[in-house]
Amino acid sequence: MSAHLQPTGSAYFITKETSKAEKRTLAVLVDNEPGVLARVIGLFSGRGYNIDSLTVSETEHEQHLSRITIVTHGTPNVIEQIKHQLERIVPVHRVVDLSEVAQERNQDNPLERELAMIKVKGKGDARVEALRLADAFRAHVIDANTEHFIFEITGRVSKIEQFIAIMKPLGLVEVCRTGVAAMNRGPEGL
Amino acid sequence: MQEMTGAEMVVQALRDNGVKHIFGYPGGAVLPIYDELFQQEDIEHILVRHEQGAGHAAEGYARSTGNVGVMLVTSGPGATNAVTPLQDALMDSIPLVCITGQVPTTLIGSDAFQECDTVGITRPCTKHNWLVRDVNELAAILHEAFHVARTGRPGPVVVDIPKDIQFSTGTYTPPQTAPRTSYHPRVHGDAEAIKAAIELMKTAKRPVIYSGGGVVNAGTEASLLLRELVNLTGFPITSTLMGLGAYPASGENWLGMLGMHGTYEANMVMHDCDVMLCIGARFDDRITGRIDAFSPNSKKIHIDVDPSSINKNVRVDIPIIGDAGTVLEDMVRLWRATAKADKDGLKPWWDQINRWRSRNSLAYKHSDDVIMPQYAIQRLYELTKDRKTYITTEVGQHQMWAAQHFGFEEPNRWMTSGGLGTMGYGLPAALGVQIAHPDALVIDVAGDASVQMTIQEMSSAVQYNAAIKIFILNNQYMGMVRQWQQLLHGNRLSHSYTEAMPDFVKLAEAYGCHGIRCDKPSELDAAIKEMIETPGPVIFDCRVANLANCFPMIPSGKAHNEMLLPDEATDEAVANAIDEKGRMLV
Repeated sequence: MSAHLQPTGSAYFITKETSKAEKRTLAVLVDNEPGVLARVIGLFSGRGYNIDSLTVSETEHEQHLSRITIVTHGTPNVIEQIKHQLERIVPVHRVVDLSEVAQERNQDNPLERELAMIKVKGKGDARVEALRLADAFRAHVIDANTEHFIFEITGRVSKIEQFIAIMKPLGLVEVCRTGVAAMNRGPEGL
Repeated sequence: MQEMTGAEMVVQALRDNGVKHIFGYPGGAVLPIYDELFQQEDIEHILVRHEQGAGHAAEGYARSTGNVGVMLVTSGPGATNAVTPLQDALMDSIPLVCITGQVPTTLIGSDAFQECDTVGITRPCTKHNWLVRDVNELAAILHEAFHVARTGRPGPVVVDIPKDIQFSTGTYTPPQTAPRTSYHPRVHGDAEAIKAAIELMKTAKRPVIYSGGGVVNAGTEASLLLRELVNLTGFPITSTLMGLGAYPASGENWLGMLGMHGTYEANMVMHDCDVMLCIGARFDDRITGRIDAFSPNSKKIHIDVDPSSINKNVRVDIPIIGDAGTVLEDMVRLWRATAKADKDGLKPWWDQINRWRSRNSLAYKHSDDVIMPQYAIQRLYELTKDRKTYITTEVGQHQMWAAQHFGFEEPNRWMTSGGLGTMGYGLPAALGVQIAHPDALVIDVAGDASVQMTIQEMSSAVQYNAAIKIFILNNQYMGMVRQWQQLLHGNRLSHSYTEAMPDFVKLAEAYGCHGIRCDKPSELDAAIKEMIETPGPVIFDCRVANLANCFPMIPSGKAHNEMLLPDEATDEAVANAIDEKGRMLV
């Protein structure tokens, strides 16, 4: 095992984890029933796992199936446990490790996209600059008056982070993000 | 298809799932169900005195019969009192269906009288739970609840039924076999993995079988197969606390229990083995000791029905996911067809084991003046072994002494709270066992501290004439707490001494049952016989040596081969067993 254990003399053993944490994107197909999201989130908080991003929506209406996309990080052991623990939840149909699938297919990562709405308030040069940069980032204006814009931007997480950082000095007022939606490249389904 | 009220559906679903007894406590939000129970005779309701008692009784009932245990409680405090047994059942994989009443649908969320978020509170301590929102879904949910509780890795479930649903009328649907598409516990182990396991076992020079509660849960057939595998292979076998009885303690390959208070030979075998076959156990921290020094040179095979148990604490070489019974059946068949016990090859290993055995790690110093707790368990065993005896325990030193010194020959005869370590488990569990087996001898080996946590259930035992015997090893202390304080905290016995102990004999009489007190080794046999022969429930106040410690013991932070043995456990050794750095980290 990669973990180093400290002989403690305690009733319990205190583990120091030495192996490196890695980022993973998981797709979880669940029955869309009350409480299912609470079960997934409760599992993560109860067992001390990390959630970097979580999105959920019903994707197959006839079968009442929802797809939850979770971005998490942890050591390989922890990631393996997360997947098994998710599979234990009764309304969970499938857990697919999109990052692992991408690696198997010699792709870097699964496709990941996030949508954000960004409100910027300003006048004069700052306002012109915001609009010019938004255009460069292919963000759309979805609401505006003479004092503000609301931009809609879609893209990788890093692109959105960058756009937000750039908008900060130009009068950033409010940000709303969806979290990551993800899918593997190629013709194969989940 | 039948039209009936929600309350009628509950009773019908219990009937259709083969339920004969339920344990419960009425209250406002379950009165319609209690009204239905009143008007039928198929299902007997056992009234407890506290909802925690109902849960542990249902656990004892389930563990001793292999069937699902059922409890019925009201909303709010009824449900919150059920949390401890639910978590207990979750950790020990006990099939338990808990039906809770809820305030009417229209009042949910309004902080109504006796309202609580039952599904929210019980979500992490159940395998699954349901809040019923439509009476037409009630029957299907109840059937599914039984299905989920008993299949795969068994566990507790909660069905929360608002009072208006109990009153309203809808359509009852009979049980289905596969109610849900997302839940498919794997039963059959992968054939290639089983083949690889047998190949590995054939090459073993220093093998061990380490079995757990999963074998007991897999049914009596699984225990028979385990015995057959041990006989065929000639391998030594040890077991966890939860797995005692699957292989008989009188069997010649038996090493005794392993782990923190396991035998020297069992732990040394685990440490030095070259092939470990783990069946239905989960490498719990009480078993492994220091995990980076756990069985360092062995190849490990792990059979478990729950994939999340594999590689959780210990990395294994050959994982086999499946029901212990089914996998054992395949293994026995394959071993018979392709292998033979290698008696000569294993002889050096058995010679070594016999040298370890000769250390006699369960020995203790007998006294003619005071009853040693180990002696009390030994006498209890000797005087009850020819009967159909079921043992339950509370949690603490007495539990470990019972596990060490009582010889379990059959599965399902030993009910104890292993994972959660719930003080107060044993007395109500004994009630549940006795209800399931009215003619059996059911003994709760108890401690004076634990037993007081659920002592009120004596009243239930008297009501139903459940002739449970509460055998209290009374040392006036929370013995295990005191032992740890001695080991770790400079013998400062902070709040581990019970200064105002009730008179257990008078308490027994107050409850309307028989009380016995014994404090002399010479009188113990006669007193135990009196207990056995008393037709009704008994509280036995067995006064034992106050400061006895439970050995052998793997001190924390130590490996299996660094056990503290009783003959080495001088005051000085005990004081230095755990170093200064360790004390800081408790």
